[in-house]
Amino acid sequence: MAWNLASPLAVLPGLAAVLLGLGLGLPAGFARLRLVGAVVGLAGLLWLLMQGAPALLDGAGEYARVSPAVGFWCLLVVLMLLMADALATMALGPMQRGAVLLTVIGALAIMLGSGVLADLSVMQEYAARRDAFVSELVRHLGLAFGSLAAAAVIGFPLGVLCHRREQLRGAILPVLSFLQTIPSLAMFGLMIPLLGWVGDTVPGAQAIGIAGIGFAPAFLALVLYSLLPVVGNTVAGLGATPPAALEAARGMGMTPAQRLLRVELPLGLPIILTGLRIVLVQNIGLAVIAGLIGGGGFGTFVFQGLNQTATDLILLGALPTVALALTAGIVMDILVELTRRTPKDTR
Amino acid sequence: MIEIDKITKTYGATQAVDSVSMTVETGTITVIVGTSGSGKTTLLRMINRLEEPTSGEVRINGESTLSLKPHILRRRIGYAIQGHGLFPHHTVARNIGAVPELLNWSRDKIAARVDELLDLFSMEPAQFRDRYPGELSGGQQQRVGVARALASRPDLLLMDEPFGALDPIIRTRAQEDLRRIQKRLGSTIMLVTHDMEEAIRLGDRVAVMDGGKLVQYATPPEIITHPATEFVANMVGDVERPLRLLSLIPLSEVVEEGSAEGEALPPEASLRDALSACLWTGRLAVPVVQDGRHMGRVTLDAIRARAELHT
Repeated sequence: MAWNLASPLAVLPGLAAVLLGLGLGLPAGFARLRLVGAVVGLAGLLWLLMQGAPALLDGAGEYARVSPAVGFWCLLVVLMLLMADALATMALGPMQRGAVLLTVIGALAIMLGSGVLADLSVMQEYAARRDAFVSELVRHLGLAFGSLAAAAVIGFPLGVLCHRREQLRGAILPVLSFLQTIPSLAMFGLMIPLLGWVGDTVPGAQAIGIAGIGFAPAFLALVLYSLLPVVGNTVAGLGATPPAALEAARGMGMTPAQRLLRVELPLGLPIILTGLRIVLVQNIGLAVIAGLIGGGGFGTFVFQGLNQTATDLILLGALPTVALALTAGIVMDILVELTRRTPKDTR
Repeated sequence: MIEIDKITKTYGATQAVDSVSMTVETGTITVIVGTSGSGKTTLLRMINRLEEPTSGEVRINGESTLSLKPHILRRRIGYAIQGHGLFPHHTVARNIGAVPELLNWSRDKIAARVDELLDLFSMEPAQFRDRYPGELSGGQQQRVGVARALASRPDLLLMDEPFGALDPIIRTRAQEDLRRIQKRLGSTIMLVTHDMEEAIRLGDRVAVMDGGKLVQYATPPEIITHPATEFVANMVGDVERPLRLLSLIPLSEVVEEGSAEGEALPPEASLRDALSACLWTGRLAVPVVQDGRHMGRVTLDAIRARAELHT
């Protein structure tokens, strides 16, 4: 229990802050009060973590580890929910949301960088694997953003074609939906024999890194999963143009390309970007599985941790993945809203 | 001059438009009227080749529409539709300047033209130029739609039920605006409607379509007094016929010497207005006054005599 861990003098302020935070945050009706409560509560929680860890480790030996338990995680979830709810109620504009995001990231960076949490086992795992962490981060981002870019390059023209030709749409969309239903573990597994065969038979394939395991099969699996949201949302976005506007565009002498670029695309952009948002968030999460087939990324830590039943190692892979996905989702939401801010909402 | 020469459109076994020929004089309004499924919209859409004719051709000032690529042809023909079809993501100015932009006019020339058209449609340019269509009323959106169709000074303006989405009061105002602007610019307009009242009010000539065929092509008084078929007579409406005819005749045609009591009417008001005023206020005559100057009077007897003239 918290009050047994460290001196009462160190524990009391933290405990008081958590209780005050919950007291301010739980009553409904005042969004700003709730936000303040959540921030105060989180600060208290952080304080307890900072005070508790060194106190516990004091004289416990070199191999002792300390990590937060159920109580911490429950409080964290409750306080984060309060914060999210308060921010949603306040209905901030895109710029304000960007500012909040930057503030949170900044606070997180200061907290982690300052070393106040260095005694926690997750941070110790991080300290031991600093170089690997950075290279897996780059790998993870490469997988997620690279597959997004490839899916956009393939999926967007495919979406335009599907939009123009109904038969093609009837043929392609069911295939992509089917791909989406393959369980992710099976999909990554299937890539191993497939790309292994390509690597063995196609001359020069291995030279550019195509093999049964590694980056290539993971990348391909992610691209396949991304195609449905990209193509589907492109078709839906282009199809959302008001029919009268399209008829007028044709009647005034726009060529098909001009109609696409000047009318259908700008009007469908929010829906198309929403598709890219789905893909990005989904791929940041799915890229974890790449760790299973040697594709790298944060999944490497997760699967190492699973094999050794080392929870801290799993967290070292999982926590940054969650943070990345949340950040990407919020940034894309802001972009979608900015593209939507032309016509009627400006009233 | 627009010459439509034996133009036909078949969809499978059905004849949507069946060998229609007609000539439209430059600087006039021609209204194509018919019930739904009569082929009136198909006929209009074949002129700017939104529908390709199965056979026959259209000549604009002697030049066949088939001699140009469809999108080049359409840039020379204005097109306004029901529900205006404005681009919701472009400002009023960009909407109006859409065709000039396609024709690569200079930026200054487009801006000047946009302001000129907004003025013409009684919309203050500084106030409306930068608004989005979603911020305008229905009547304003419709005016911007017509302004857009007129922007490049087209040889011909096609309008497909342009006032269909407006409520009755705004519609009357929009029709008057169109008449005024057409007279001012001398535009050639072909307009499709299902409303015979609108056709008679707006048209220099009225073309009645039924089952893909052109059943009568004549001036409004001719359509009212000598309907070519039962169908045309039904469209005009037997009971309404005398009133519709009177609505086409201005007071200036039957004004006579003398004075009368009560509220005066201007000489461009119709005999229907005068009849209505007489019946409502129990008078036998109404005074006619132009810009404060007494011009004479119009009597009930004169109205009756004029109504009987057609027989």
